[in-house]
Amino acid sequence: MLKDITLGQYYPVDSILHKLDPRTKLFGTMVFIISLFIANDIWAYVIATVFLASAIKLSNVPLKFMVRGLKAIVFLLLISVSFNLFLTPGTAVVSLGFLKITKEGMIVAGFMGIRLIYLVVGSSIMTLTTTPNQLTDGLEKSLDFLNRFHVPVHEVSMMMSIALRFIPILVEETDKIMKAQMARGADFETGNLIQKAKNMIPLLVPLFISAFRRATDLAMAMEARCYRGGEGRTKMKPLKYGNQDRVTYLVYVLYLAAIIGLRILRVQIF
Amino acid sequence: MAIKAEHINYVYGKGTAFEQHALKDVNLEIEAGEFVGLIGHTGSGKSTLIQHLNGLLRATDGKLYYNGRNIYEEGYDMRALRSHVGLVFQYPEHQLFEIDVFTDVCFGPKNQGLNKEEAAKRAKEALTMVGLDESYYKRSPFELSGGQKRRVAIAGVLAMNPDVLILDEPTAGLDPKGRDEILDQIKRLHEERNMTIILVSHSMEDVARYVDRILVMNHGEKVFDDTPKEVFQHYKELEAMGLAAPEITYVVQTLKSHGVPIDTSITTIEEARDEIIRLLGK
Ligand SMILES: Nc1ncnc2c1ncn2[C@@H]1O[C@H](COP(=O)(O)OP(=O)(O)OP(=O)(O)O)[C@@H](O)[C@H]1O
Ligand SMILES: [Mg+2]
Repeated sequence: MLKDITLGQYYPVDSILHKLDPRTKLFGTMVFIISLFIANDIWAYVIATVFLASAIKLSNVPLKFMVRGLKAIVFLLLISVSFNLFLTPGTAVVSLGFLKITKEGMIVAGFMGIRLIYLVVGSSIMTLTTTPNQLTDGLEKSLDFLNRFHVPVHEVSMMMSIALRFIPILVEETDKIMKAQMARGADFETGNLIQKAKNMIPLLVPLFISAFRRATDLAMAMEARCYRGGEGRTKMKPLKYGNQDRVTYLVYVLYLAAIIGLRILRVQIF
Repeated sequence: MAIKAEHINYVYGKGTAFEQHALKDVNLEIEAGEFVGLIGHTGSGKSTLIQHLNGLLRATDGKLYYNGRNIYEEGYDMRALRSHVGLVFQYPEHQLFEIDVFTDVCFGPKNQGLNKEEAAKRAKEALTMVGLDESYYKRSPFELSGGQKRRVAIAGVLAMNPDVLILDEPTAGLDPKGRDEILDQIKRLHEERNMTIILVSHSMEDVARYVDRILVMNHGEKVFDDTPKEVFQHYKELEAMGLAAPEITYVVQTLKSHGVPIDTSITTIEEARDEIIRLLGK
């Protein structure tokens, strides 16, 4: 039941995108997001679509999984598209009482919808092809320069990776305890709100206890292996850019240049 | 019969990248009053299988009957089923949550709708069965040792007075004395109350000593279903599955291969002793 939630949602297959350095993918996602906000021309969107489609193709992840993330924003998508559709002033195409759909509204709403969908799909490509650990590694390395301003980058990223690591464990644990209490006749579904909250006690108490137990165990295990923060610490698998990363960065530059070029050269549509 | 499973299949994480076909076409029948052992190497699907028997997991495919009724039919009362089929999970000590031992054991009976006195009576009985006396009643479950917690958790299920009791490795991590005490108690429940017992275990010795019938799981499939004597004859195949027969099986098989006319269906030390004395006496 609970297991069906996909958190962190890494999709384990082999592909070019999976092999890229996490920093390359982080940067690429940023480039893509920025490009979506620069693009205001149909051709720019065509280029963005090609860019996104090739990334999807190269990732070897079934489209089904990319689109899954969209479920979360269906509501947001509907609201923003309909607001733009009905509330943009301009030449009316259809009018229903006080509501009218304008030509400009249709264009804005269309681009808005595409932009939102691309944003979500674009960032899921990164999370689907990068393990949470690689991601924090990439972030740590990219944000290295903050160390100079006394930001504890290593500590923060260590906390992040531990938190990420613990999510599936806690989900599994919740599932187990829930089942064990259900076997003893516990009921987590029926009753009013207060009843339901009360019924959660047999689940929450053991869950908290086990979370604390795991936390102390982990702290002990880290101490026992002489962990003492990031200073002077080397990595077993240090991040290193390879040729494929260099090629990818080149693609980013070309892509961004094309989008910006179009913006400068072409007339604006809105 | 108490439980009947037909063509049960179960897939974890269906429709995700992590699909795991944990049960493959499992068929089984368990009669009321039987004492059945369930063995299989790590990850063979034992825990998954037993969670079907009280409706905690719903088969992806297949049918399951309890006392002749299909539990997947519309409107079947799953909570009632769970009070007939008690399930003690692997490491059940992690489910304790009440302020004291006694209240925790009362949790199950109270959920069954019993009043305070009845629940207390059941809790007392159950705690006595697992060998915890009154000095434990008011102690916090969290300050007990692992083995004591285990007993409290088992009592929590026993107090529901189920007709079928399923135990998932109830003795893992216990000392030999604690292990024997718990298993003997289960045996007594089986004999005195005619409770149907399903015991999941990794210990061939325990299984050989207590159960009437063994089910062997391998990679999600049921591969053997027979009396211990019959199943342990296949000790070579069991080994190939990462299991083993009881030590004593190896002793008698080795004796046999050296030409001693010993009965190879022996599975316990006591039987072996009697048989060897008989052979020597001849
Ligand atoms: N909650 C779950 N989500 C996904 N897969 C699972 C889950 N629980 C078990 N599995 C998988 O199903 C298979 C059977 O697991 P199961 O827990 O039934 O094995 P088991 O025989 O009880 O093993 P053990 O002796 O270690 O307790 C394993 O391959 C396991 O990885
Ligand atoms: Mg198990």
